[in-house]
Amino acid sequence: MPYDWGLPIAASTFAADIDRLYYMILVITGIAFVIVEVAIVWFLIKYRARPGRKAYYTHGSAKAEVIWTAVPAVVVVGLGILSASVWSHIRGRDSVPPNALPIALEAKQFEWNATYPGADGELGTGDDFTMRNLLQIPVNQPVVVHLTSEDVIHSFFVPEFRVKHDAVPGMEARVWFEATMTGEFSIACAELCGLGHYRMAARVVVQDQAEYDQWLAEQAANQTVASR
Amino acid sequence: MATTAAAFDHVAHAHADTRSFIRRYIFSTDHKIIGIQFLIMSLFFLLVGGTLAIMMRWQLGFPGEAFPGGGVLPETMAPDGVLLPEFYNSLVTMHGTFMVFFAIMPLLVGVYANFLIPLKIGAPDMAFPRLNMVSFWVAMPAGLIMMAGFLVEGGAAGAGWTMYAPLSANPEYSGVSGGQILWCVSIAVLGLSSILGSTNYITTIINMRAPGMTWFRMPLSIWSLFITAILTILAIPILSGAAIMLLFDQLIGTHFFLPPDGGQPLLWQHLFWFFGHPEVYILILPAMGMVSDIIANGSRKPIFGYHSMVYAMIGIGFLGWIVWGHHMFQSGMNPTLGMSFMISTMLIAVPSAIKTFNWLGTMWRGSIRFHVPMLNAVAFVAMFVIGGLSGVFMASTPVDIQIHDTYFIVAHLHYVLFGGSLFALFGAITFWYPKMFGRMMSEFWGKVHFVLTFIFYNLTFFPMHQIGLGGHMRRIYDPTEYEFLLPLQGLNRFITISAILLFATQTIFALNFIISWFRGKKAPDNPWEDTGVEWSTPSPAPHGNFPTTPTVHHGPYEFSSPLVEEDYLMQDRRVSKPATPAAS
Amino acid sequence: MRRVLLSTVCVLVACGGGEQAADGGGDAAATAMASGPRGDGAIAGMVMFTGTPPANPTIDMSEEPECVAKYTGSPTDPRVVVSNGHLGGVFVYVKSGLPAGANYTAPSSPVMLDQDGCLYHPRVFGVMAGQPIEISNSDPMLHNIKAVPEQNRGFNISQPREGMTTTRTFNTPEVMVPFECNVHGWMNAYAGVMSHPFYATSAENGSFSIQGLPAGTYELEAWHETLGTQTQSVTVPETGTVNVEFSFSASTS
Repeated sequence: MPYDWGLPIAASTFAADIDRLYYMILVITGIAFVIVEVAIVWFLIKYRARPGRKAYYTHGSAKAEVIWTAVPAVVVVGLGILSASVWSHIRGRDSVPPNALPIALEAKQFEWNATYPGADGELGTGDDFTMRNLLQIPVNQPVVVHLTSEDVIHSFFVPEFRVKHDAVPGMEARVWFEATMTGEFSIACAELCGLGHYRMAARVVVQDQAEYDQWLAEQAANQTVASR
Repeated sequence: MATTAAAFDHVAHAHADTRSFIRRYIFSTDHKIIGIQFLIMSLFFLLVGGTLAIMMRWQLGFPGEAFPGGGVLPETMAPDGVLLPEFYNSLVTMHGTFMVFFAIMPLLVGVYANFLIPLKIGAPDMAFPRLNMVSFWVAMPAGLIMMAGFLVEGGAAGAGWTMYAPLSANPEYSGVSGGQILWCVSIAVLGLSSILGSTNYITTIINMRAPGMTWFRMPLSIWSLFITAILTILAIPILSGAAIMLLFDQLIGTHFFLPPDGGQPLLWQHLFWFFGHPEVYILILPAMGMVSDIIANGSRKPIFGYHSMVYAMIGIGFLGWIVWGHHMFQSGMNPTLGMSFMISTMLIAVPSAIKTFNWLGTMWRGSIRFHVPMLNAVAFVAMFVIGGLSGVFMASTPVDIQIHDTYFIVAHLHYVLFGGSLFALFGAITFWYPKMFGRMMSEFWGKVHFVLTFIFYNLTFFPMHQIGLGGHMRRIYDPTEYEFLLPLQGLNRFITISAILLFATQTIFALNFIISWFRGKKAPDNPWEDTGVEWSTPSPAPHGNFPTTPTVHHGPYEFSSPLVEEDYLMQDRRVSKPATPAAS
Repeated sequence: MRRVLLSTVCVLVACGGGEQAADGGGDAAATAMASGPRGDGAIAGMVMFTGTPPANPTIDMSEEPECVAKYTGSPTDPRVVVSNGHLGGVFVYVKSGLPAGANYTAPSSPVMLDQDGCLYHPRVFGVMAGQPIEISNSDPMLHNIKAVPEQNRGFNISQPREGMTTTRTFNTPEVMVPFECNVHGWMNAYAGVMSHPFYATSAENGSFSIQGLPAGTYELEAWHETLGTQTQSVTVPETGTVNVEFSFSASTS
């Protein structure tokens, strides 16, 4: 498996942005971690009690205080600003690409029902059809999931896409992403939703546009048969 | 020994004790006895919470295999010893609930606010001793009500300790009815206890400080407990209110949190976390305060930057009110709101950094003694740093997308609550044990316990960061159901084994605690050569605390002061030379 | 609603035919005889279906290969079971007419409800209030069993492994108590909780029989999960069998 350690493979457009931010924070906090832990160990060894030596009597240093107040403040505000720009790209008010393919995803104990817009590309029309526990999408095409829940709070989580959003009953969330590689992934429920929570999985199948269109046509044909 | 005019001599001072056994040990109004009562109660619930954790870890490490000894559990929990998913959900919920509300919180606040405040500010008792007694005798039934959840039909509450509605509000969704109701009742009752307690702590600190104990001569432990009490009295009523609303949803169909009739599930989250984030600081501030006392003692140096330590705690206490939304970044809350919560959350790193560096500054050029409290206090700093730094990841909203509701969060919160608060408590229990019981805990077994705990603790919780990054969701009963989690199962098993060893190690602490009570070395008045006022009264501290009210002449951490020959200058000791100004 | 009173059509008179849907139902009758008033009358009947039965939807079980393996073709959701114009899975019970204050003791032998191939077996069954229902899992995976009654206390329990059994009881008569599995949204079952032992579920060939009734005139109701309910009045003689026919069709409900 390619992700035994660390983050899973990145399979969406903004996954790389998130990962970059993650590694940046990892480096910064890593440095802070090393400084503090090394200092602790070093002080413990160097300043261990020895006969005949008294501790240095001081109540502090205003200069040192200013430094270790200001430096973390600047660093975290900087991180905050960087995060904010990535965040608004992913979740901002107008971040959903206008050409995104809408798919309605309704969560309920303990299944995911995906409603596809059919050939006309619009939800709420007669050619919509619903699949249980299957999210089938084209690659390199933004998808916007209209996320709802029928009963309790669930959370729509696809680790490889770096997508996670709660499905809250009574609310509709719009969650967009664009897959960058074909293949099969899992939707996992990330919010405790009852005794079947651990099994509330669904498949995500990412296909070429042509394969997807063909699948769509097959489904449309099936739907017509079923409704007849 | 400097003991001058007593300002509070209308209150009985230490005297021959004529109270009956019941008034003395059961319905006692003595803050020290109440502290000990809280200590025994919360250590018991700590054991309960730990046991639940081990059962949970077993299922995660060895899914579907019978829990050793689990055969004694009823069929509704674990047929043939194999845990059921609904029982697992109860374990998750009750572990969190017991640890947060009935172990760590009462250990820090119930035990040490009670025990330390009067002793450290030189007061004979609390301002409202009877209220204090009531606060224990309300907390105790609350714990039993919570325990009763396991006995009712449908089992204990199973919606997670955060009780997210609608899962918690409608028994049809969770399969649990009685347990959910008991949870709400217990929390509301416990809230009463916390409110009574906090009123007492605040009043006592404001009004009953000994002569000379100015605000900036108060030890940081007292400052931290003071700030904590203010947070508690402001935060707990919100939780109590929310719990009662949830109870109404369950019992009389009010639908505050149920959407079909206009209820709003996110309302619960806002209420819960508006309480919940200050609660996080309630669970860490007293630990920070007590660790400051112990590190100054262990380093034989005044605390570095006393004033900025106080302001940092006030800053944390204040920021704690404006960051609750960071628990809800992925909940569908307005994303712009998410951004402002991100910035306020990031800012918490600043006072936390100040505190960490000041502890380092205190150790710098010290003369460090490696007694058990010091070891645990230093471990607190080392572990709190990890917990604090991992918090930066989830503060960053985009990174939080990936790690929210995964084991990364579990790792983070255990680094703060176990690595932080619990190490501080191991230190504090050992440090003030002689003043409580008049005997010392075993130094040797204390060190053995510390070393093993430190190792197994890290082996248990550090790998959780890894599996969390890999996408391992929280609160799932069987990770092997997901293909992408299968590669992490080896780590899961490793964590489980470490957790079992960590749990087993606590036997050493339990035995050390119990045996020392009866067989421990008799403690002198000031075994740690500390500066606090409490160390000038006999061990154990007598009823009424001080033979005469102490007068305070110095700041709290006058270690290695040039004024005296010893390397500690007690707060109430008068030196012939002009007294030094308090900590500058 | 169409009322049909017929006395000509007689099928399998043996009680086994009607009671097979609910294992132990026969015992239920036998044990209960000791309590409330009983007689030697019997009702034998047939449930008919006229017209073209609606197609049962196929179930996509691909996520549970172990369940798929238990079927030869693609499994369907057996909502409407019709063979040669006979309708199975109809719950028929004495709705009223028993002497006032008649009390029937519930048998202690359980009614079995199995989960096999990601479907409930039986799908429709009767049980007496106070009689245990033994729920078992013959699939190697998690099923949860959620009962959502209106009069009784509901439950929501899980059986994560094959071979598990759990026993539950309802105490108040209720027609019908729905069962569902939320892991497999297609799984449904219905239990008729009765205060007396005079009920049956029609077999696949549409037949049912109710034994041991005291003489009298009763209101008999037939319940189907999608086709609705029908009632008819039936007079049961001192001894002997009275024949009854119900007829459902796709258009009536």
